[in-house]
Amino acid sequence: MESSRRGIVYWLLGGGLIGSLASFLYPVLRYIRPPEVAQAAVSEAEVGAVNQFPVNSGKVVRFGSKPVLLIRLASDDWRAFSATCTHLACIVQYQPERQRIWCACHNGVYDLNGRVISGPPPRPLEPFDVHLRDGEVIVSKRA
Amino acid sequence: MAPAVIAKIRWWLEDRLGLETVKEFLAHKSVPRHSATMWYYFGGITLFLFGIQVTTGILLLLYYRPSPNEAYESVQFIMTQVDFGWLIRSIHSWAANLMILTAFIHMFSVVFLHAYRAPRELTWLTGIVLLGLALGFGFSGYLLPWNTISYFATRVGTDIAAVVPLIGPPLARFLRGGSDISGGTLTRFFGFHVAVLPGITTLVLLLHLALVQKWNISVPPKVEEEYQRKGQEVPRIPFVPDFVLRELMAWYITLAILGVLAALFPWELGQKADPFAPAPAGIRPEWYFLAPFYTLKLIPSHVWFLEGEVLGVICFGLLAAAWACLPFWASRRDGTIRTRLVTGAGVLLVSYLAVFSALGYWR
Ligand code: FES
Repeated sequence: MESSRRGIVYWLLGGGLIGSLASFLYPVLRYIRPPEVAQAAVSEAEVGAVNQFPVNSGKVVRFGSKPVLLIRLASDDWRAFSATCTHLACIVQYQPERQRIWCACHNGVYDLNGRVISGPPPRPLEPFDVHLRDGEVIVSKRA
Repeated sequence: MAPAVIAKIRWWLEDRLGLETVKEFLAHKSVPRHSATMWYYFGGITLFLFGIQVTTGILLLLYYRPSPNEAYESVQFIMTQVDFGWLIRSIHSWAANLMILTAFIHMFSVVFLHAYRAPRELTWLTGIVLLGLALGFGFSGYLLPWNTISYFATRVGTDIAAVVPLIGPPLARFLRGGSDISGGTLTRFFGFHVAVLPGITTLVLLLHLALVQKWNISVPPKVEEEYQRKGQEVPRIPFVPDFVLRELMAWYITLAILGVLAALFPWELGQKADPFAPAPAGIRPEWYFLAPFYTLKLIPSHVWFLEGEVLGVICFGLLAAAWACLPFWASRRDGTIRTRLVTGAGVLLVSYLAVFSALGYWR
């Protein structure tokens, strides 16, 4: 009788302690998780005038908050890919002399369709659409 | 009059603090002395460098500003405008590197002298935790100047966290303070670097030191046997003043090396980070992350059904866990130590780190 009563008291005390600890910790855990910031969903971006991009060159441009690699292969051949390497998120660059996309971080190489040629990247680069409007280059999400 | 007053103050303090007991204790503390004693100093040197980091870190705090628009400029300000600012920053960077180096030397000397054996398993474990914290200091502090190389190091580092199975994505979000490296990441890393890590480190460090004090410094099994055969005790030297003076000497030498490095090779600042510029050619992390960096470069994109980097992270995790458990797999049922196995594992690990760091540096 005595010991079962003691058992109940221990349970109550222990449970209360754990409950109060949990009620302290829960808000803290939620707090350290950064909130989703509502980002204006960008579907297309004006990235500059056509003449800013010489033939056989590449440039990282802003697409909302994301970097996009815009490549001009010939005067009317434009390509755009997400500039974030699919390996460990470095920013890739266009190598005009070898006409390929290269990531300096771990030597990942992609072809001009964004496919992995060599190195550690596991997936192709996400392609974007490019079109011209009144001498401006417009990059847009591929539907 | 003066001596009488001083004596009075001494008695007053003695009554309240009981300093005699401390004195008594120190007078009787001794440490073993033998052919490998020299390796004992590296733990103390690491502690000394940690002290330097705390001091110079506080000094840097006087001018540093943790925001993406001001961080780089404030470090530039420290280095160009503030008197001796370049020196303080250079010392902070160099001492960080030396501290990690001496921590590694300390760890490997514990391995090769088999000092991790019972009853010192917890000393080893707390030491491993301290090494992890030191690497955490290195990683978080690296971003603070907000330059190109640190920006990409953080992109890659937090993306490595993201590929950890199950907890990866929320962990990476927590580290970055959002989905991308941004000002939020910088403030977080700053908070880790100057508050969270120092707090935890101080506690673990005190525990580590208390354990060293409790079990005293270990004598390598070989030395122990040797003296047993001769029927003698391992000689000991008093902690005060013999050991303390030697340790102080080691600290002085460390300080001299540090001073020379910091003054003759001031730490560079590099270019300000630009989130919309490609990673520059030849980019690589700090030397102590070179081995895993080169390994990640070598692993192909897919191995069996796993993505290469996932495999890499799993392997590193398992390796680190096995290493942390060293004292437990090192001892046999009967309490003896598998010295050959441990030495072999130690040599393997040192060679892996040395070869891959060299390859990561030159290739
Ligand atoms: S991040 Fe691009 S190859 Fe590793």
